[in-house]
Amino acid sequence: MKLQVSTRLAIFALLHLAGRPDEQLSVSDIGDKYGISSHHLAKVMHALGRAGLVRAVRGARGGYQFSGNASRTTLLDVVQLFEDWASPHAISGIDGRTNEAWALSKVVAEIDEIAQATLGSITIATMLKLIDRRRHEQKRST
Amino acid sequence: MGAGGRRVAADGGGGRTRTLSRNRVPHAVESAVDIKTRAPAEKSVRVRRVKATDIPQVVALDQQITGIGKAEYWRDLYARYGKRRLAERFFFVAEPSGKRAGKNILGFVIGEIRAWEFGSAPCGWVFAMSVDPDTRLHGVGKSLLDAISFEFRKAGVSKMRTMVARDNRLHLLFFRSQEMAAGPYLQLEKELD
Repeated sequence: MKLQVSTRLAIFALLHLAGRPDEQLSVSDIGDKYGISSHHLAKVMHALGRAGLVRAVRGARGGYQFSGNASRTTLLDVVQLFEDWASPHAISGIDGRTNEAWALSKVVAEIDEIAQATLGSITIATMLKLIDRRRHEQKRST
Repeated sequence: MGAGGRRVAADGGGGRTRTLSRNRVPHAVESAVDIKTRAPAEKSVRVRRVKATDIPQVVALDQQITGIGKAEYWRDLYARYGKRRLAERFFFVAEPSGKRAGKNILGFVIGEIRAWEFGSAPCGWVFAMSVDPDTRLHGVGKSLLDAISFEFRKAGVSKMRTMVARDNRLHLLFFRSQEMAAGPYLQLEKELD
């Protein structure tokens, strides 16, 4: 499974912001950390803003803030903002007119269902917990 | 489930959901213990072994959630998991701690330590779990899972498993929030003609 660059940027940005709820971070603050162009990231932030997941704060120390509910926003919610996951056929691009195509589309649909269930079961809060655990493990090993 | 361009929300809360230690597990768990005193749990929730008098509430809670009354099934589970081989079988209930203790059941969890099924080394299986919908998001599910995890570890296993329907988002979200992730097995099935 391959996520588009925009999707990955959106997830990185949300995790970055949700992990720092009291800070306002600019597009360049976030872009610098992940080596992303500000231009590309700005478009992503705009889409996240429309979805109510981030809020732009104006002013000298303005920037973006996470405005979603970390315990209720799943990775699937974010992925669906950027990927076309309307139906398994739309994802696979498989025409089901032949039996061979039908059989292959059945397998692809199975993969898709598992991917969707996985992404739909992991919230931003759960991701932050995973990141935190990794941070502690790294600290312990050094 | 959220969709593109909209503000999105998921839910969390209690969940529902099912191996033996390398050596015989010690008979360390009495028939009625306040798990709270030994395992990390939420302060307002007390987790203890199930008693026969809890079963009607367990039946009612399950019926409220699933819409199916299965009194005989739960009585049978009590006989098998609430009274026998208690060092490796765990049927716990959560109740409010303090004054209201014993008044009502907030949720329950059932699991056991099983070994060598599917080639798996001994591990703890959680095969039933339910939390009163009115008390979800207050740590009841976490307390139950913490208590059974504690007993699994004490019995000598270091892995806990469960199985959740792919479309059961509530339960998936709960177990994921408790840091459970996909394991090395895939469940397969077929229609029998």
